[in-house]
Amino acid sequence: MRTVFKTTYDADINLFRHGAQAFWYLSLLALMIVLPFFLSDFAIGEMTNVLIWAIAGMGLMILVGQTGQASLGHAAFLAIGCYANVLLQERLGLPFILSLPLAGIIAGLSGVALAIPTSKLHGIYLAIATLAVSILVDDLIVIAEPLTGGINGLLAPTIDIFGIQFDRYGTPVRFYGLILFVTVLVVLAYRNIQRSPLGRSFAAVRDSEISAQAMGVNVARTKAVAFGISTAITGLAGALMGHFAGIFNNETFTIIISIQMLLMIVIGGLGSIHGAFFGAVVIALLPQAIARVRDGIGALTGTSIAIPGMESAVFGAILILFILFEPMGIYGRWLKIRTYFELFPFYRRDMFRRQRSYLKTERMR
Amino acid sequence: MSLLEVENVTLKFGGVTAVNNVSFSVEEGEVFALVGPNGAGKSTLFNLVSRFYDPVAGDIRFAGESILKKAPHEIARLGIARTFQNIELFEQATVLQNLLVGRHRHRRGNMFSETLFTPFVRREERRHREAVEKVIDFLDLQPYREKYIAGLPYGVRKVVEMGRALAIEPRLLLLDEPASGLSVEETQDVAFWVEDIKTQMGVTVLMVEHDMHLVASVSDRVMALADGKTLAIGTAQEVQNHPKVIEAYIGVADENERVVA
Amino acid sequence: MDVLQLFVSGLANGCVYGLIALGFVLIYKATEAVNFAQGDFMMLGAFITLGLTNDQFWGLPFWLSVPIAIAAMGLFGYLIEMIVLRRMFGQSQVAIVILTIAMGFVLRFAAGLIWGNEPIALESPIAGKDVRFGGLVLGLDEIVVIAVTVISTILLYFFFNLTKLGVAMQAASQNQLAAYYMGIPVKRVHSLIWAVAGMVAAVAGILFASKGSIDPSIGLLGIKAFAAAVIGGFGSLPGALLGGIIVGLIEPFASYYIAAGYSQIMPYLLLFLILVFRPHGILAQIHRKKV
Repeated sequence: MRTVFKTTYDADINLFRHGAQAFWYLSLLALMIVLPFFLSDFAIGEMTNVLIWAIAGMGLMILVGQTGQASLGHAAFLAIGCYANVLLQERLGLPFILSLPLAGIIAGLSGVALAIPTSKLHGIYLAIATLAVSILVDDLIVIAEPLTGGINGLLAPTIDIFGIQFDRYGTPVRFYGLILFVTVLVVLAYRNIQRSPLGRSFAAVRDSEISAQAMGVNVARTKAVAFGISTAITGLAGALMGHFAGIFNNETFTIIISIQMLLMIVIGGLGSIHGAFFGAVVIALLPQAIARVRDGIGALTGTSIAIPGMESAVFGAILILFILFEPMGIYGRWLKIRTYFELFPFYRRDMFRRQRSYLKTERMR
Repeated sequence: MSLLEVENVTLKFGGVTAVNNVSFSVEEGEVFALVGPNGAGKSTLFNLVSRFYDPVAGDIRFAGESILKKAPHEIARLGIARTFQNIELFEQATVLQNLLVGRHRHRRGNMFSETLFTPFVRREERRHREAVEKVIDFLDLQPYREKYIAGLPYGVRKVVEMGRALAIEPRLLLLDEPASGLSVEETQDVAFWVEDIKTQMGVTVLMVEHDMHLVASVSDRVMALADGKTLAIGTAQEVQNHPKVIEAYIGVADENERVVA
Repeated sequence: MDVLQLFVSGLANGCVYGLIALGFVLIYKATEAVNFAQGDFMMLGAFITLGLTNDQFWGLPFWLSVPIAIAAMGLFGYLIEMIVLRRMFGQSQVAIVILTIAMGFVLRFAAGLIWGNEPIALESPIAGKDVRFGGLVLGLDEIVVIAVTVISTILLYFFFNLTKLGVAMQAASQNQLAAYYMGIPVKRVHSLIWAVAGMVAAVAGILFASKGSIDPSIGLLGIKAFAAAVIGGFGSLPGALLGGIIVGLIEPFASYYIAAGYSQIMPYLLLFLILVFRPHGILAQIHRKKV
């Protein structure tokens, strides 16, 4: 385990904890930049997909992991971002570099609009309210057919930035690069929030509203800000998802997607940027992995099996196992493994054990 | 003008009168203690000053201004900090982060500058950390700086809570049973800290405490309560010898014995 | 005439929602867990009955399949609590919600694997028959659904208020620690609550399957029933039934009086408005934490 000798306050304030950490993360970034030049178009598409889900995951993570407010309705904000982005381009003729941030802002403001009336709701009740919103937005897309194309959906145009085209199929490497750029910006913003008073006020609301209040944190306002930032990032992901999918309708953003987003960040590990990425890898690559395994078995036995709902079921099973045996998610497991090797052979099983509070009733607030 | 003036305050929960027409005032620079048996209304008074409850009658003034129009989160901004009887720390955060939340009152950035982490925000962070380090030094919390609250022993949590309240840089500090559950040595530390908070930092302290020895050693004035009513106000000695207080305590002591047995 | 028929069919639907909602509330009241898979329990109960009854599967007599299915779902609920949920003791409600959502995914997949994903009709003696009251024609299935719901609710009411086990369950729900000290085996009581919820879900499933064909995705009806439980005031059994009936009635009337597309929206709009404007009516059970 590395011991960092802190000689200035900046050691705690900086983006990275120490030089080696900076080196590893920058190397990872370099790898992510270089990798697509060696991969097939298909693999680049998969990587792009992972990044888009990671952005969406970070959006939800701000709300659930940092602020402790469960949302079962974030597909609604994916949808708002996606439709806003395409409609701004198609109806108002705005360029992508304006429509993308505007889509984020619109989604963010919708999030604030949701947070204000629901600021008194906690835990499960907030989850239900957001779930209702997700279903309502799904139905509203169908009803607002003149604008949204109803169940026929809309086509996302090819992205054009100052005459340079970004298309998933036409120019996959360039498209990937654009998504990576947005991803890095979101990671930086997330990290900045984490290390500033804003992030600490989020954590305060998450851990104890009553004492957050006593520290001078305006709880309702903090929740609204968390909702706004969270849904704005989710809206960006939605806009990019629209361009990635090419065509989308209300079915692209059902309540099932909302649920999957929440499950995704839980599997990844709540409360960290890493968790959002790990979760995104699982959710984006699982269908491929299952298809590979299925084809493998099919080739061995000479049969072909196709069972609908398999992806969701495998996903669900993985999640059940994680919640039961590793509630801190993949990132939690990763930390344990890393500590094990760093301390070898001095690792103790109970190093990460947390006290569980029995008889903690949530009827008291 | 007194720093905190509580005037004829009454609070009812359903049919029960938790605080009944209580008045007292805390002078700038003194340590004022509230004593009384369980259920006397001491913590309720704290929660009234914190604005968690609305009184049905009476007024509470801080530095001459009524606080009854303020929202609970505005109380810290006035310079009133508090601790909680049953410890309400931010469990999934480190000691340092907990103390830094105490600095929220002094936050000058906004969500945009902080998301961009402008140089201004960095300078602010340095300022906050410097202030928090002073508190850490004062309370000897150095060994726990990077530890998560969830794994800390009870005594340390109690100290962290006091530190978080001090990080606010309050004018008035409300300590709700600062020594409950602590060992004799730890209680001794609390006594020294309260003394230093008063003399070195110039902070006025209002505390609820059962340990009469601690109360007698640190407080300038004491108020005894029972059943939501004031029994006596005066020095620790005066209050301890007051006939009404003796009556209330002896009655309750019997009851306590029965409950414990 | 139209209106009366709409009313009866809405009421019958509402009874099914209400029964699922009853399962939610039972579990929530006693254990503070929210079982998001309750709709999938209902689906499973329906499919077990169908698997036992229909000729293409086992072909048992309907009246034999029903008690077997109910008992099987009771056992299933008991085991789920014992094997999975008990490990979650002491974790947050939201974690349990996520767990049960995942469980629903798995159950739907398993049902599809066993009984297929095509809609199938239950060979039920009450399906497709009419009852005439003077000039009024009502489906026998709808009448039976309403009657069975009323009977089940009355039985549950007596169970909770008159039997020793029922009273123990209520005690466990009010204060777990106190109940434990009083010698109530809280863990077993929790398992039994899940068993009762499983049985209620089976009844709901059989009734639902009697009204039309089913496929594994009907488990998602649980979301609507969940809305019903909240509308009725999470935490009271009559409230759950009432909420179910409100949702059941609002749907046909919304599509009748407004437009077809709005019948889906209304229950959730109502749910959202209730959460925003009447949180205290619903949160009556939640008290302010003492500090």
